[in-house]
Amino acid sequence: MQTAASEGNAPWRFDLFVLPVILGLGAFAGILEAARSPDPAMQAQGWTFALCMMATGAWYLWTYAGRTPRDELTPYANDVVRAGVIASMFWAVAGMAVGLILALQLSFPHWFYFAGEAWTNFGRLRPLHTSAVIFAFGGNVLIATSFYVVQRTSRARLWGGSLPWFVFWGYNTFIVLAGTGYLLGITQSKEYAEPEWYADLWLTVVWVCYLLTFLGTIIKRKESHIYVANWFYLSFIVTIAMLHIVNNLSWPVSLLQSQSYSLFSGVQSALTQWWYGHNAVGFFLTAGFLGIMYYFIPKRAERPIYSYRLSIIHFWSLIFIYIWAGPHHLLYTALPEWAQTLGMTFSIILWMPSWGGMINGLMTLSGAWDKLRTDPVLRMLVVSVAFYGMSTFEGPVMSVKTVNALSHYTNWTIGHVHSGALGWVAYVSFGAIYCLVPWLWGKKKLYSNALVEWHFWISTLGIVLYITSMWVAGIMQGLMWRAYNEFGFLEYSFAEAVQAMHPYYIIRAAGGGLFLAGVLIMVFNLWKTVRQDAPAQAAALVPEAAE
Amino acid sequence: MKHEKFERNSILLLVGILIVVAIGGAVEIAPLFWVNGTIEKISGMRPYTPLELEGQKIYVSEGCNVCHSQMIRSLRDEVERYGHYSLAAESMYDHPFLWGSERTGPDLARVGGKYSDEWHRAHLADPRSVVPESIMPPYVHLEKTPLDYRDIRQMLEASRDVGVPYTDDQIANAQADLEAQVAPDTDGADALKKRYGAKVQVRDFDGDPSQITKADALIAYLQMLGTLVDFKTYQADAPGNRR
Repeated sequence: MQTAASEGNAPWRFDLFVLPVILGLGAFAGILEAARSPDPAMQAQGWTFALCMMATGAWYLWTYAGRTPRDELTPYANDVVRAGVIASMFWAVAGMAVGLILALQLSFPHWFYFAGEAWTNFGRLRPLHTSAVIFAFGGNVLIATSFYVVQRTSRARLWGGSLPWFVFWGYNTFIVLAGTGYLLGITQSKEYAEPEWYADLWLTVVWVCYLLTFLGTIIKRKESHIYVANWFYLSFIVTIAMLHIVNNLSWPVSLLQSQSYSLFSGVQSALTQWWYGHNAVGFFLTAGFLGIMYYFIPKRAERPIYSYRLSIIHFWSLIFIYIWAGPHHLLYTALPEWAQTLGMTFSIILWMPSWGGMINGLMTLSGAWDKLRTDPVLRMLVVSVAFYGMSTFEGPVMSVKTVNALSHYTNWTIGHVHSGALGWVAYVSFGAIYCLVPWLWGKKKLYSNALVEWHFWISTLGIVLYITSMWVAGIMQGLMWRAYNEFGFLEYSFAEAVQAMHPYYIIRAAGGGLFLAGVLIMVFNLWKTVRQDAPAQAAALVPEAAE
Repeated sequence: MKHEKFERNSILLLVGILIVVAIGGAVEIAPLFWVNGTIEKISGMRPYTPLELEGQKIYVSEGCNVCHSQMIRSLRDEVERYGHYSLAAESMYDHPFLWGSERTGPDLARVGGKYSDEWHRAHLADPRSVVPESIMPPYVHLEKTPLDYRDIRQMLEASRDVGVPYTDDQIANAQADLEAQVAPDTDGADALKKRYGAKVQVRDFDGDPSQITKADALIAYLQMLGTLVDFKTYQADAPGNRR
């Protein structure tokens, strides 16, 4: 086996000492928890965590024992990005399949609920769906693309030796721990922050390692300037750390119990949670994916970014204003009026930076619009930016108090979330992955552009069915709840409004099914791409200048 | 200052980002901890009894808050449908809050006392047996699963650690109080009412006196929701309560 030890600048392998120790301690803690906890659910969590730690440890042994892996001899770390792409597609299928099951449960409760099987109920599967698509699929896409982009735009290998691998395995361990926990009934109840204290602690460790890897790579860059995509990735990593830590401050009932009590209660807890929740959207699902937009669209269109100045304005105004928008989730509630007004005002202002970013992305196509006709991958990327524009217009509208009085608590919110999640986040991710797979596996092109066309049109139809059905359902729901009859009484019972949702729930399930079908086509296409014989010049593996 | 400085210095960029993203949260959230009137002055709110606290744990664990809100907004139709709009004070002992964000099912902030225990039992076991249009999942396992309350004392202690004013007496008697709430006309029940107030509902909630089940705890919690605050004495227009 080759060794890197002879190279003069070979780093001292601090990572190969520290990281296995962390894994060992983790496995020990997991087994201890499994052995000592009186709670069967917590025992299962202990075993799950210990097994993940041991599996990662085994992977470390297999990869590093007595040798330097071949990937470490190349100028850029690519294997960890490949692993991230595979994990992304796996979680996409899993998370969206759970989403489809949930849609079917609401459409046909007689068939899709199983009495006595508590873990199959909507309440437990719902966080599994949201976490799997946002944090498992989205998170793996962000980690993989950020690792890819930061290396190319810095002309530097990822910092930290095997640290990026620890980030990858550690993050996916968090996902498995959280997901299995939900099925066992372990949750903090806070949306998008459901995992309990021990999973949160583990994620904090992993996230710090992620920040170190990313920042370390930027610090040792050979480019004089930090590329704009990296500003967005960095703001995503740093802000998520801040949000995660503050919102999850809690006090465990005991170290052997899964349950904890949040440090904040009632109204303070509500605003802290939606400060977190809205900025999970703002920084995880927006800033991070804007990093993808700022690298992959110029790259694929072979055009420079439309406006450098606009990038600067877009960046600072977006991250400043987003943070303020949380209270629009709490309009007309017991949150003090001044905080509601502040939240609504900033939500409306937020429209401007959002559209600034959209314009910067779309106008990058200047002089290359014809490529939309021939390149379905570029079309997917561009349509994602169009959906971004649409949902960032819809959001401010819904945050106006008068509109929110109607839309809050209804399916309109679900539709809004999915126009952003499917149209923007998933599409920009798919576009990036369609770019990445041939680059990473050294293929000239995708196996089939026709299949990308199929994916694009099937899933676009799916999105249209999804969001239109939820618009109609949501507005109808809101109107039925507030309808009065001629005698001045409420016209409809709550159950009547539930019944009225039935056809729209079915249409939504059909839309979700189409979207999932598109992803399955994508998986097939990527699989065939990787398995293609013809090896091509691996252009992306050679260092190149940043934009 | 030229933007180039940020583009050339990663630590400066990092610090810049941190400052810019910290402002909004600091301005909006921090005042909620000290501005008077954030939480209304009311009478009647009390920490949850041990059984109710276990019920709340089941409510969270099963994800009830995913489909049911506990926040009646100050809108005419909501007040007519569900009752008095929710006050901040009513969730002051919820760590965390359970206001919810969706109404796939109806609001539950004031569901306490609206239906009988028997209705709740039937509804939890098979929602469509009492509400044919319902799309709620069945929770038949609750009435079949004995409640594991070995850690109830620790739960109260942890609650007190984060600010719920449980007394030493309440903590010391947590287990006895939990068992007493399903055993009416006992000395334990009297002691429970002495510690938590005369309005505490004491009865066998799940219709099965032989054991304390998860259904006992959840129904006890649901029947308490929205019943604590005395709205006869609440003055919405008092200066301290105006928002």
